[in-house]
Amino acid sequence: MAEFWVNMGPQHPMTHGLWNMRVKIDGETITDAEPEIGYLHRGYEKIMEVREFQKNVVLTDRLCYVSSITWSHAYCLACEKIMDVEVPPRGQWIRVIALELQRVASHLMWLAAYGPDLGLLTGLLWALRERELFLDLLQLLTGARMNQNFPRIGGVRNDLPPDFDKYCFKVIKHFREKMSEYERLFQDSKIFLMRTQGVGKISLADAIDWGVTGPNLRACGMDVDLRRLEPYEAYPEVEFEPQVWRGGDGGDSYARFMCRFNELRESCSIIEQAVKKAPSGAYRAKAPRRAEGEGFARTEDSRGEALFYVIGDGDDRPYRVKIRSPVFCTMAATPIMLRGNKMADVVSILGSVDVCVGEMDK
Amino acid sequence: MRRLRERFPSAFTELRVVRPSVVKAVIDRKDLVEVCTHLKKELGFEHLSCVTAVDWKDHFESVYHLYSYKLGTTAQINAVIPYDDPKIASLVPLWNAARYHEREAWDLMGVTYEGNPKLERILLPKDFRYHPLRKDFPQETERQYITRRKLKTGGR
Repeated sequence: MAEFWVNMGPQHPMTHGLWNMRVKIDGETITDAEPEIGYLHRGYEKIMEVREFQKNVVLTDRLCYVSSITWSHAYCLACEKIMDVEVPPRGQWIRVIALELQRVASHLMWLAAYGPDLGLLTGLLWALRERELFLDLLQLLTGARMNQNFPRIGGVRNDLPPDFDKYCFKVIKHFREKMSEYERLFQDSKIFLMRTQGVGKISLADAIDWGVTGPNLRACGMDVDLRRLEPYEAYPEVEFEPQVWRGGDGGDSYARFMCRFNELRESCSIIEQAVKKAPSGAYRAKAPRRAEGEGFARTEDSRGEALFYVIGDGDDRPYRVKIRSPVFCTMAATPIMLRGNKMADVVSILGSVDVCVGEMDK
Repeated sequence: MRRLRERFPSAFTELRVVRPSVVKAVIDRKDLVEVCTHLKKELGFEHLSCVTAVDWKDHFESVYHLYSYKLGTTAQINAVIPYDDPKIASLVPLWNAARYHEREAWDLMGVTYEGNPKLERILLPKDFRYHPLRKDFPQETERQYITRRKLKTGGR
């Protein structure tokens, strides 16, 4: 049969944003694929060069609208490396709380989108219902549901609100009960298993070679978590287990699903520990306005390894900012995952890598 | 780091430990492939995290962040490129991850990575003719603020 190219996107329910996946199909089998990105390019790296260091936090929030705090935190961390600012302990713990709340909210958004991708509309409604609780917590902490503008260079914007720990425990207790319902909904569904297991495989060597990071790499069975490997903030004092696919022969959609799904539970226990352990004291250190030198920071974003490389030339604005987006690199590896699979599985595979176009196109 | 210095005695113009577990090296562009091959094959830096092109007005720099999962060490390699001849060898034979990074760096900064099989526009439209991250690409620096008084009086 003759092979031909099919455009999935830019306007397609599968894409979760604005990008185009071109797949070459032979009958129903995919023989080649090619992502086409850049529809959402806003020129962040250029805009950031003319704004002051602190003002850029507003921009980095909007890099990924479902995971704002993790991104602006990575930027602040890179700036602190140049400016030699030490964040006070309470600031570090509040950051950990905010980061993990954001991670749970982001993963729930992914879960909500992944459900309907596979025809499981209940997943969307349930996951968004619980995400609302975490957004409420974030609103309590930062004042906004999205684009919180919360981390500051040298700390965070405000202290924990009164009784925050009580609300946290209440939400997490409720969420843990709901998690077992999710398990039954997703993992006991035969259709869900059939559509994810053994689909979209990528080997560990390929994944490292193509720069795949985060949960997608952990799904290949490699124990990498930057919170463990290069601990930042208060993570060395937190007890948690990076979620790695242990079932052997991983790297498929199901392994990626399981890694992210179990991270939800892990993040909840980190929040609990952080709320208990947060010491009293200052939550923000004064940062200088000007900076000279270069610095980079790598953090474990919800989707993989986020890297900010910031150069200052002694002015109050950065000379050059480079954003390394995890999805950008994962996107380069998607043709490997897609090749050999069926046309109908494109949605299942691309849903499982958790694409966020905002950070991919910068 | 010591092993690097022994292996390439003359390649580095700067080689130092920036902070614990971060090594920075400044090299010339002609040594890039050799140094990176050594780093990957013998020292185990298997993850190419990032490729950045920086415009220093008198020269370009191509910055590579390599990471070793085993050692937990980051190596930052700055390769110096002259301004009037922005070309450097591609690292695609070593890491496939370099494909997209180099495409992006060429797209936005105009540094040609020789040997990259598909050096095309990736973020910008296909018919775009400039490399916007260069410093000579005009950028609106002074914003015009409209004061409240201006709004009230119509600018008088």
